[in-house]
Amino acid sequence: MTAAVPRPRPTAMRAATRNRPIRAVAPWIAMLLIALVLPWLFRDYTTGRDNGFMTAMFGQMGMMIVFALSYNMLMGEAGLLSFCHAVFFGFGGYCVAHLLNAVPVVVPLELLPLAGGVCGLGLSAVFGGMATKQRTTAFAMITFGIGELAVTAAIMFQHFFGGESGITTDRQNAASLFGVNYAHGLAVYYLIVAWTLIAALGMFYLRGTPLGRMANACRDNYERAQFVGYDPRMVRFIQFALSGLFAGIGGGLYSIAYEIVTYDAVNAPLSGNALLMAFIGGVGSFGGPVIGAILITALQSGLSLMSNSWLVYVGLLFIVMVTVAPTGIAGILRAHGPIVRAGRLGTLAIPYLRMAVPGLIVLTGLVFLVEMLSFATIGAAEGKTFSLFGFAPNVYAPMPWIVALAGFAAGIVWLRLEGQRFFAVWDDLMTGLAAAAPR
Amino acid sequence: MQLLTDTLLSGLVYGMLLFMLASGLTLIFSMMGVLNFAHASIYMLGAYFAFTISHYIGFWAALVLAPLACGLIGAAIEVWGLRRCHANGHIAELLFTFGLVFIFQRAVMMVWGTLAVPYQVPASLNFPLFQLYGQNFPAYRAFMLLVTALMLLSIWLLLKKTRIGLIIQAALTHPDMVSALGHDVPRVFTIVFAGGCLLAGLAGVIGGNYFSTDSGMADAMGPIVFVVVVFGGLGSLAGCFVASIFMGMVQTAAVMVNGSIASLFAPFGIALGGDSLLGEILTIPLARVSPLLPYVLMVLILFFRPRGLMGARDA
Repeated sequence: MTAAVPRPRPTAMRAATRNRPIRAVAPWIAMLLIALVLPWLFRDYTTGRDNGFMTAMFGQMGMMIVFALSYNMLMGEAGLLSFCHAVFFGFGGYCVAHLLNAVPVVVPLELLPLAGGVCGLGLSAVFGGMATKQRTTAFAMITFGIGELAVTAAIMFQHFFGGESGITTDRQNAASLFGVNYAHGLAVYYLIVAWTLIAALGMFYLRGTPLGRMANACRDNYERAQFVGYDPRMVRFIQFALSGLFAGIGGGLYSIAYEIVTYDAVNAPLSGNALLMAFIGGVGSFGGPVIGAILITALQSGLSLMSNSWLVYVGLLFIVMVTVAPTGIAGILRAHGPIVRAGRLGTLAIPYLRMAVPGLIVLTGLVFLVEMLSFATIGAAEGKTFSLFGFAPNVYAPMPWIVALAGFAAGIVWLRLEGQRFFAVWDDLMTGLAAAAPR
Repeated sequence: MQLLTDTLLSGLVYGMLLFMLASGLTLIFSMMGVLNFAHASIYMLGAYFAFTISHYIGFWAALVLAPLACGLIGAAIEVWGLRRCHANGHIAELLFTFGLVFIFQRAVMMVWGTLAVPYQVPASLNFPLFQLYGQNFPAYRAFMLLVTALMLLSIWLLLKKTRIGLIIQAALTHPDMVSALGHDVPRVFTIVFAGGCLLAGLAGVIGGNYFSTDSGMADAMGPIVFVVVVFGGLGSLAGCFVASIFMGMVQTAAVMVNGSIASLFAPFGIALGGDSLLGEILTIPLARVSPLLPYVLMVLILFFRPRGLMGARDA
């Protein structure tokens, strides 16, 4: 099972960071600057108002980055596939909501996410004690059971979880440490950015600690780790508990930002989302889940407005990634590293362009098929009219279906041919680089 | 008495249906190491296929054709999907089936709509078979019991009395050895996967009209089937059977019980309760907790006996 997780090369990475400290810090600074500037790019300066939708979406990306990174502490770092990660996220959220509703609120608002994290840690220590007895698929099944247990409990118990309506709260109940007024969405956004940075730095630091290294070791060969004198179960347990801490921080931010926590925050789809984000982004590197979180949240917010079958696209993307690129987007980018360094990226430009043409045809065909099918059963009943990319085909006539299907099928055949050609060029390039590399 | 027999019988029907799903899942899992997340989705597909086929041809055709279609889909998934992921390990295969869940879920909505479809019990079976303590016993329930019992018998015969069954049994525990003896293990995998999906489809055909056929049925059934597989023990069909019947009984019986933990202490003059989370846990009637029970049982059994009731090895 470890084969699914590409192993990082710690020595090489360490050397790189030691020699070029600026290069190691640069991505962090760049991400922070982008995060700080983003809401101002979408501000409507004529009215002097922020774009509330975009600010909320960027805020959600922040929470999801924390969530996906904490998930990757299990999946990428420790090789543990968990299906109950949202439980700790949601529990942190519920706890923060209750802290906000208790009068008087003892914790200042800025520190509430940490309180959520501590609650998440407590719960993940309890459940982790059970789940980390096992590894691999058995672990996955136990976490699945725990996840279902939590969701059913959340719907059932009114007192703590508020049943189906959830717990509502008001973030203004809490005092601010710095006297900031959090009525405005922008202030909340910057709070999320700050906590995302803190949590990400914390998780990045943990990666390099002996605990993080041992988690890697237990993932790759737990028997050998045991032989060296470590207890793999204890390593799994601590890693699991700590990932619950960071998930709880994310949940606390969720509670503060939306001022409502329902059972959706502990529900299985959110746990599945953590998996999608981490895997599509790439579990092999620290930045992967960040990419995944941003991409999936953008798809969720953007695509779900345009198409009500967006889950099909996410599911297909996931399946394609699992079969073709198990290293995720970050893994694909990283594979290009040596080529970029050798200055040979230009060689790939033409093959990439040649793949892009059938790729676009396949994508267009697929989108048309899915949307026409979706419209014929769901959309038409809602009284909408069908149009896509400026076309408005009649979905009840056979012709658009034949064209879309033929385009899709032909595109796939063409894409496979171009793919073979691409990998021939790629392999040539790689062997050439390997031969040219100094020994 | 009437309540008891009614509970037992509906628990038995539900349990047998669970077993149809769980037996395929446990065979696939113990043989290929693949936890098929899409198993309940196949069950859902079976019900929807049966709805469409019985609309155009008839229920009896659906009873044969829909499971076959599900079996074919299963074979396609195995050959074109799982086999490619196999090189990347079991987790990649699991993730592949996990992705399929999203697609099937949405595809069903796109083809048949978001609302439940009116998939009805066929008219030829829609009559009370006999009366039991003044309560009608529907013929369809008896039919479900018959189908599941036949399925149980045929699985048993197939596994114990035929050559392919022998190879499947051997491949369950020693796939490398079976392969070394010259058997085509990947083909056996395909057969088992398709067979499991066929059973899931059959469960959908006979369960879809007994319960309801909607796009949420996979989500409702999937977790319970997992619980059954883990509870019964991996690789053990007998354990799977016992666990299915047990879970079916527990779930139907718990709905009838109105007591709570607090009511246990009431005869001793100890009043428990109060307006807190603990008070709520103590006073909530068992009938309302019944959806929670399977998961509590699963976590408990994994904690105390990780290999399940009759499992040959640790989960």
